[in-house]
Parts: sequence; structure tokens; C-alpha cells
Amino acid sequence: MIRLEDVRKSFGKQVVLDGVDLVVQSGETVAVLGRSGSGKSVLLKQVARLLRPDAGTIYVGDIEMSGADKATVMRVRSSMGYVFQFAALFDSMTLGENVALPLRRAGMSQEEALPRVSEILETVGLPDLGARYPAELSGGMRKRAGIARAVVARPGYLLYDEPTTGLDPVTTAVIDELMLQMKQELQATSILVTHDIQSAFRVADRVALLHSGRVHFEGSPDEVRQSEDPLVRAFVEGRQELWPPDSV
Amino acid sequence: MGLDSAVAWVGRATLNGVASVGRAASFTGAIVRSLLDVRTWLPLAAAQVRRIGVDSVPVALFIAVFTGIVLALQSSYTFTGVVPLYFVGVLVAKSIMLELGPVLTGLVLSGRVGANIAAEIGTMRVTEQIDALEMLAYEPVSYLVVPRVVAGIIAFPIVTALALVAGIGAGWLTSINLLDLSTQEFVRGVRMFYEPFDLSYPLIKAASFGAVVTAVGSLYGFFAGRGAEGVGIAATRAVVVGAMLILVLDAFWAVVLL
Repeated sequence: MIRLEDVRKSFGKQVVLDGVDLVVQSGETVAVLGRSGSGKSVLLKQVARLLRPDAGTIYVGDIEMSGADKATVMRVRSSMGYVFQFAALFDSMTLGENVALPLRRAGMSQEEALPRVSEILETVGLPDLGARYPAELSGGMRKRAGIARAVVARPGYLLYDEPTTGLDPVTTAVIDELMLQMKQELQATSILVTHDIQSAFRVADRVALLHSGRVHFEGSPDEVRQSEDPLVRAFVEGRQELWPPDSV
Repeated sequence: MGLDSAVAWVGRATLNGVASVGRAASFTGAIVRSLLDVRTWLPLAAAQVRRIGVDSVPVALFIAVFTGIVLALQSSYTFTGVVPLYFVGVLVAKSIMLELGPVLTGLVLSGRVGANIAAEIGTMRVTEQIDALEMLAYEPVSYLVVPRVVAGIIAFPIVTALALVAGIGAGWLTSINLLDLSTQEFVRGVRMFYEPFDLSYPLIKAASFGAVVTAVGSLYGFFAGRGAEGVGIAATRAVVVGAMLILVLDAFWAVVLL
């Protein structure tokens, strides 16, 4: 389970998160929606302790992340897979070496990691591309490779940071399918940060809409579809006139 | 500018300065602590020695050769008719070994190596590759910074030693070809005031320059701002601050060791 309680974060005078409460049950996938700049990625980075909240608590399992020591954070991170917005593959390594890194960190040699790396590259639709460098791949391929690296060690927690942003609809569907497949195979507790409402409906068990630094609405995809809340309608239907002016 | 805004500017500059010093001190502490994480940095250090050292040899030799030529010609111009000409050997050897060899090599490598490290690590910062390292439970300072700093400490003295040989060699060739000086006279000058410490002194300096240039490049890359502009600023600051610290260290070693 991942639990956020009254999480707050500011950068200078800009308040990004202003008391976020959110619970993700074990094995559940929650999509966090919100406009660009609403603090979705900041929230995700705080769950992984890549950023620290100014106030509030974040539990990953039984571990309170913001107060945990470095060794504990490292241990929790080794049970997490993080899919970065632009994949964040290491330029100097081949695709195979990138994907093998979590296994090598767990003590395997490159040769020992090879069967699992080949298996996961095949799963994400990139077989026989292990020797390529990230610069030789398309944007969609890099995203899939990023997912492969995140899931190769079979993590218990999966954090997706806008995995479909900037992709064409077909590639978006492929990534969605991949996330569903990982959900079934790994039974991981997952947070999907996105502003792609269709992707959220396809993949998530529940959806949370972030607005003004807080969770404004939370519910199942069906509840979101049927909601009469003006902000939810504005987001689902892409209607700018329903969105409050001067807010993100 | 009114008095209020001037005071505010001074206050902001002071706070920024203190924050920068604190960040540099904390980063240096992290480097020292990460030296214990040998399992992470050791396998990566050899590749960095090649990149920082071997790849820098041509430019370092180029500078050293022309420095040797100019030193020989200028000292001959100064000494002719006043001081015996074999003192050209003294001046070329002493100047290159004690000062110009290590400092010019350090300054050149500060541009080449410092900027390269800041740009590389800065790009990794803005593309979230450093975050990815952390998520893979790697300590970024152990993985990215320590191999470069260790490589700098090893590679700078090696490149500097080659530059010393090239500079003095160029001074010798200039002396016997363009000046009225024989090899015996040049060597007599070189040996006249030679002390064994003349050889260890530039290598000590070079090792400290290597540590500073790589650490400063890493620091600015690590805390690079957003986008291409942030990486560019990081690279520029790494070169400027690295060069300034080389000159400060140069004076420090002269006071402490000579």
C-alpha cells in the first residue's frame, strides 16, 4: 500500500502541493490526473523520495519515506520500478545494458541477467534490439524500453510518470496494453501520473484529479465518467470554459 | 539604484554566496564519504582515466611545445650579452617544471575536462538520468563523480609529466637550432639548479588540479538548471571557477611547499 497524508510542497513562493491525501491499496492502480504544472510529477517523485515533502507523511508499505534513512530508502527503491517521462535511459549504455541494470544491482552478472532481459524486451515488443543505443530508438521505443527497465526485476511498486505523453494514439494503446499486462503479471501497487484521460480509464482502478495542490475528486473510471463536478467535466471533455480562470 | 534596492542586492548576493559555499562543502563531503563505496566507482575509474587523460594528451603537448619554444627564445633575448647563454636551460627547465607545465596544463584541462564533465552530468540531470540512477539504488556521487575525481587525480599528473618532457624538449630543440647553444650547454643549464623536488612539486600540484577541476565540473553538472541553457551555464561556470581555483591552489602550494 502507498499512503499520502497531508503532503505539502512549495518551490520558493509557488505552492505546488497543498495537503494531498491519497491511498493506493495493494495491487491497485491509481491514475493521478491534472493539468500541466499541477504537481503530479512532484507527487510521484516524493513517493520515491527523489524529492522530500515540506510537510506530511508518505508511507510505502510500512516505511515512512520522508523520514527514512538512506539505507532504508535504497531498500524500498529496489522494490520499486519508476517509468520516467522521457524514459531516462542511460545514453552510454545499450538497451540491453540499461534493462539489465536493476538485475546487476541485485547481484547478477550481465550473462546471468541476459535471459530475463531478452524475455522482457520481447514482452515490450523490442526483441533483438538489445545491442542498440537509446539514441538509435524512436520515442515510443524508448518509452517501452523505460518500462522494460522498470519492471525487469519484478517490483512490488510501479510509478509511471506520463508514460504516453507525446506519443501517437497507436503507440499510446501499445503502452496502455503493456501497463495492463504488467498489472496482471506483477500485481504491483501502481501510481500512473498522466493527463491522458483515456489512458487513465483503460489502465486505472481508480482516478484522482489534482487541482490547486489537492486531490479534488477521487473515484472509479465509471464514477469519473458520470460525475457532474464542473472540474471533472472540464478535464474529461476538454472544456476550457468550465475550468476556473488563473488556475492549473 | 536606490539605497533599499542596493542593500537588498547585497543581501541576496551574500545569501547566494553562503548557500553556494555550503553546497560545495556538502558535495565535497559526499565525495569523501563515497570513496568508501569502492565496489561502485572502481570499475568505472579506468574508462575515465582514458577519457580525461589519454584524450587530453594532444592538446596538452601542443601547449607545452610552444611554451618551450617561446621560453627559450625570450630567455635568450633577455640573457644575451648579460648572462651566460646556458642559463637558457635553467630558465626553460625551472619555469616549465615549477610553474608553466602544471599550470598551463591544468588551465587547458580545466576547459576541456571541466566543461565536458559539467555538460555530461548536467545533461544527465536535466534528462532525469541521475534520478533514474537513484531509483536503481545507485548512489550518484559514487557512480558519476568519484570515478571522475579519482581519474583526474591520476591522469592530470601523467599528462603534466608528458607536458614537462615536451616543453623542455621543445626548448632544447629551439636552443640548438635557433640559438647559438649546444646540447651540452643546454643540459648544463638544466642540471645546474635541479633539485629532485622539482619533479615531485609539479606532480603534486597537477594531482590537486585534477581533483579540483573534476570536482568543480561534477558539482556544476550535478546542480545544473533546467534545459539546454542550464547545461550551458553549468559548463561555463565549471571552466571559470575551475581555472580560478587552479590559480589559487598554485599560490597555495608555492606558499606551503617552496
